[in-house]
Amino acid sequence: MQQPIDGVLEAPYVMEYTYRRSLGPVMSAFFTALRDGRLLGARTASGKLVVPPLEWDPETGAAIAGLEPAAEEGVVTAATWVAAPEPRHLLQEPFAYALIQLDGASTAMLHAVACASLEACPVGTRVKLVWSESRTGSLRDIRCFEPVN
Amino acid sequence: MSTFNTSREEIAIVSFVELSPAEASQLDEIETIQTIVSRATDGAGIARDRIGFTVSGSCDMLVGRPFSWIMAMDGAGVSKPIEESHVEMDGAWALYEAWVRLQHGDIDAALIYCFGANAAEDLMQVLALQLDPYYLAPTGINAAEVAALQASAMLASGATERQFAEVAVRAGLAVSVEAALAEPYLHRPLRASDLPRFSDGAAAMVIARGDYARSVCARPAWIQSMAHIADGHSLGARDLSKSPSLEKAARLAGVGAKATQIVEVHAPFGPQEVIALEALKQAGLSADAKVNPSGGTRAAQSVMVAGLAAIGRAASAIHRGEASRTVGHASSGPALQHNLIAVLEERS
Amino acid sequence: MSEATKAVVKDVTTMASPVSLKFRARAGKDLSRFLRGMKERRIVGRVCPSCNYVYVPPRGACPTCGCPMGDERVLPETGTITTFCIVNIPFEGQKLKPPYVCASVLLDGADVALFHLVGGCDVNEVRMGMRVRAEWVDEADAELSLETIRYFVPTGEPDRPLAQIREHI
Ligand SMILES: [Zn+2]
Repeated sequence: MQQPIDGVLEAPYVMEYTYRRSLGPVMSAFFTALRDGRLLGARTASGKLVVPPLEWDPETGAAIAGLEPAAEEGVVTAATWVAAPEPRHLLQEPFAYALIQLDGASTAMLHAVACASLEACPVGTRVKLVWSESRTGSLRDIRCFEPVN
Repeated sequence: MSTFNTSREEIAIVSFVELSPAEASQLDEIETIQTIVSRATDGAGIARDRIGFTVSGSCDMLVGRPFSWIMAMDGAGVSKPIEESHVEMDGAWALYEAWVRLQHGDIDAALIYCFGANAAEDLMQVLALQLDPYYLAPTGINAAEVAALQASAMLASGATERQFAEVAVRAGLAVSVEAALAEPYLHRPLRASDLPRFSDGAAAMVIARGDYARSVCARPAWIQSMAHIADGHSLGARDLSKSPSLEKAARLAGVGAKATQIVEVHAPFGPQEVIALEALKQAGLSADAKVNPSGGTRAAQSVMVAGLAAIGRAASAIHRGEASRTVGHASSGPALQHNLIAVLEERS
Repeated sequence: MSEATKAVVKDVTTMASPVSLKFRARAGKDLSRFLRGMKERRIVGRVCPSCNYVYVPPRGACPTCGCPMGDERVLPETGTITTFCIVNIPFEGQKLKPPYVCASVLLDGADVALFHLVGGCDVNEVRMGMRVRAEWVDEADAELSLETIRYFVPTGEPDRPLAQIREHI
């Protein structure tokens, strides 16, 4: 306990939860495919492709029609720069967080773009997926995206 | 306009108090609640036994202790016992529940309180816990970085950094637009003056029906209507540069039905205020309505309190006779996902 | 991947999503006073000015009256077990070796029981109404913590009748 203000005691503590979640059929298929080096999207009844896949059509709430392979290239729709990465971040060198709309998809996925600066990754930049060498069935199986020259 | 969003009983905000950050930082949750509740009730001449329902709003993740509100309730004198409820949200949603409860017409008044004792070392990280745990949270992104992506999407669809800077000046977080624009980026395109300054805080409010409201308050702020709507959660499945949910909530609440003098907007990040005002304008908010004359909540942002504070300040303007119609806005969730609107009016 | 390997590689059906957050706990004014008392090996409660209930630890407000606490009251280190449980299950972070007893101890003069441990006797001897006293750690080891009371030990006095403590369980 420390005494920073007028005799009111304070003490540091850490709270940790070791949660494990069930993925359900759609996300289970998605993460299994990631481990196997394939990217999946969900085709909605109205014909749109949702990547990463949701169990439902985000516009109508209807169940999706099925899963299918998604393109590994797409376009940045929003980006911000991480100048000093922390352990929580996807990459440990400066990078851009970006929403990436993969070709053919109607939604965008959040991931990292490896580039020298945000100037190299403005909205509209074409990027392609880079797989991690070891994959375990997590979002980190995608190492990052990188700009397409 | 849906009738469900209009008060079917005469219900008014009759009392509203906030705890200053300096005072809140000295107190634990029980002491905080005791102080704020007694000021909003006893201090305003409202008898505790006329309060038929109590709702609190808070978030365990800020306090770092599961079910923290259970203990904090002691400060409201709950062992009689009392009829109460809790939302793990901003106090504005506690107000919504209390408003719905009062429409049953069987009790005179309801008490709402909320507290944001910010014990977390990194609040931006705590706020990121509200992200989808499958596709968003594993990226390690925090709340400020999410807001930066939203600001980026805004710039891509025509907004300007100058607009962000104007909001920062209005919030008292920059001395001038030029000074704001001269700041370095923290989370590009966000600068320090676009981010909230977090603080401890608490607020309490009493709402009351009809004659009882008139008997305890010279100028009750009548709740004409309330509505809250959420956009989808997935950041990549909606247009982050707009807020359809806020526009819809404002339409449901009939914001544009009459001239409004004051609007108090709760936008945790500066650029979100631009989005919020555009949505309100689309819903018919008077062009000459004063925006955040209270100074807004971003310069001393108490999470879980700021939304109720915006509505409470909109009510206080009516209590003080400074306006006859005001609009209060509260938001919740990442990237302005969830929005609540309260339309308040003076009645002679 | 060969067909044989495929057969044993299972689908990904769950994901770990650990949460780790750093906090600073704030004790508040009343609890801070209580914890300072602990460091001096004193038990400091407070009295509700409205209903005269004596709370220990003090809690910032009387939950019945909703008012701030009034005068401080130093309480004796003796009390009565109102209710208890025997902990037989080991769990992470446990400080005592099961079986041990957690009990609500109504200090003499207090109206609200203090939650603590019982030691110094066989767990099977512990009962409602049993008289106990605080076993303090050495002065040099006293902390701003309830752990400055190591546990409560039986005094050997006759039990208090249940009727006398019923209101405080
Ligand atoms: Zn009392």
